[in-house]
Amino acid sequence: MSGIDLRIADGTLHLSGDLSIAHVGTVAAPEDGTVARIELSQVARLDTAGAWLVLDLAQRFGDVPVSGATAPQNDLIETVRRNLPPDVQPPERHTLRNLLIRLGHAVWDTGREALALTAFLGQVVAEILRLLRHPGRLRVTSMVHHMQATGLDAVPIVVLMSFLIGVVVAFQGSTQLEQFGAEIFVVDLIAISVLRELGILLTAIIVAGRSASAFTAAIGSMKMREEIDALRALGLDPITVLVAPRILALVLMLPILCILANVAGLTGGAMMAWMDLGIAPAAFAERIATQIGPWHLAVGLIKAPVFALIVGVVGCRNGLRVGGDAESLGAQTSAAVVASIFLVIVADAVFSVFFAVVGV
Amino acid sequence: MDDPVIRVRGLATRFGDHVVHEGLDLDVGRGEILGVIGGSGTGKSVLLRQIVGLLEPAEGEIEVLGQPVRDTSPEEFRDLRRRWGVMFQGGALFSSLSVRENVEAPMREQMDLPDDLRRKLAAIKVRMVGLPDDAMDKPPSALSGGMRKRAGFARAIALDPEIVFLDEPTAGLDPIGAAALDVLVRQLRDALGLTVFLVTHDLDTLHAICDRVAVLAERRVLATGTLDELRDLRHEWLQAYLGGPRGRAARGEP
Repeated sequence: MSGIDLRIADGTLHLSGDLSIAHVGTVAAPEDGTVARIELSQVARLDTAGAWLVLDLAQRFGDVPVSGATAPQNDLIETVRRNLPPDVQPPERHTLRNLLIRLGHAVWDTGREALALTAFLGQVVAEILRLLRHPGRLRVTSMVHHMQATGLDAVPIVVLMSFLIGVVVAFQGSTQLEQFGAEIFVVDLIAISVLRELGILLTAIIVAGRSASAFTAAIGSMKMREEIDALRALGLDPITVLVAPRILALVLMLPILCILANVAGLTGGAMMAWMDLGIAPAAFAERIATQIGPWHLAVGLIKAPVFALIVGVVGCRNGLRVGGDAESLGAQTSAAVVASIFLVIVADAVFSVFFAVVGV
Repeated sequence: MDDPVIRVRGLATRFGDHVVHEGLDLDVGRGEILGVIGGSGTGKSVLLRQIVGLLEPAEGEIEVLGQPVRDTSPEEFRDLRRRWGVMFQGGALFSSLSVRENVEAPMREQMDLPDDLRRKLAAIKVRMVGLPDDAMDKPPSALSGGMRKRAGFARAIALDPEIVFLDEPTAGLDPIGAAALDVLVRQLRDALGLTVFLVTHDLDTLHAICDRVAVLAERRVLATGTLDELRDLRHEWLQAYLGGPRGRAARGEP
């Protein structure tokens, strides 16, 4: 037997067949006819969905009585009747209004978030200053571990990327500068762009992708498993134990990565200049030594710790914001990467203006 | 037992050199609430996972509702799986869905129902397990542990299965919530004619709702029977379990 049969005879609706969830969806309720009773004695099987169907039909014909059910079936129908949900009105849609409300919320949330991030930065800086006064409280093992994870392990990718960027800049520059017979200036182009901007910016972006996400995921999953609360309950400050070692490791390692990136970028550029324009490596080095001032190198290195602080603070802060579910861990991790890259580029723009004003 | 709905024969489970089950036999009759007890590491949850096909045993036959769980075609297994529901220890709700959507998930995946009917049936199930209406649209992370278990139970019974498997349904609940869940399981067994396979450590649950209890020890089902029958058995672990202070307290003895 399969399916549900409905038959109206003498004012009685006879239901028969398999009144189960597999078939209830296919039942077309009779439109017309008056029904004074619903008869269930022919029903082979009845489950929750079937019981709901019986109740729905009974209500449709004006609360008519139901008969012929076995005792367990009656119990089930009663259970379902007690648990019928109230009819819910679908929420009214005001598209434009909702849009405005959402925009308002977004602006407000962004403002609050900027404030909270600044407050967190303050906490971290205060904690780092405290650690400088009491170096014994610093978690050295943890910091060294993070120096390896964020610094040493990032060396291959950072070096490779910078080398390739040096090659690209040299190649593009040489084809343009050749037209003016100013090939030798390709050295200035490579040195200035790599030392001032590309070396540190690319390194910071790679580190943001690697380490900000790793910080958020690690701290966030600790938050989900109540490990952060356990730390607090032990009287340990998560900022001392988890955040400070990570950020200090990053602040120490990013300048080193930046130097490696500079070396790799210049090497790539020198190699391309030699192959493409015939500028010997010795001549390349000579021109850098005589024409490029030390400030170009300094500008890149000054930015490094600041970028490291941005990446570390955003990564750790987003980790601490993770809620109870897996969804928020994913959302915070991707938000950490996006926000740290964005803030790094904003800071870079601010630095450019600043250095232009002070004239270096 | 003439017509067991779950029939396990000669089950063996090994994790590397570690033997968990060896020659394990178990029958569960239709409409009964079977409690499975055993010390830590005796493979209670492993047995449950093997019966529902999440873990492959090393040897042995498992039949559910007369059909083999192992060595069956994917289509047949899918149809069979539709006839049972599983509630995992922590509720195992999908964290990206609301409670209602969690309960709707089995209906959505395995049945072709109109949207409003599905919503309505899910709402009935959510109310049946005693969750308030305002919990319906909350994400699982906003629920307490007990509510999460109830929601997990609602999802397990979403398709009106013939068998539900419950893994530690009352663990971590307060006594009131645990008792309410016990009552709920029995009520729904009576109303829906469920067969319940229940892994538990909770002595009160065993007393309150289990028709029979199966004891896992020495890598097999040491004994099955009512609690009173088990109490007469001479077995060290069982005596410590049932005759210990908590075991006596659950029975109302000093």
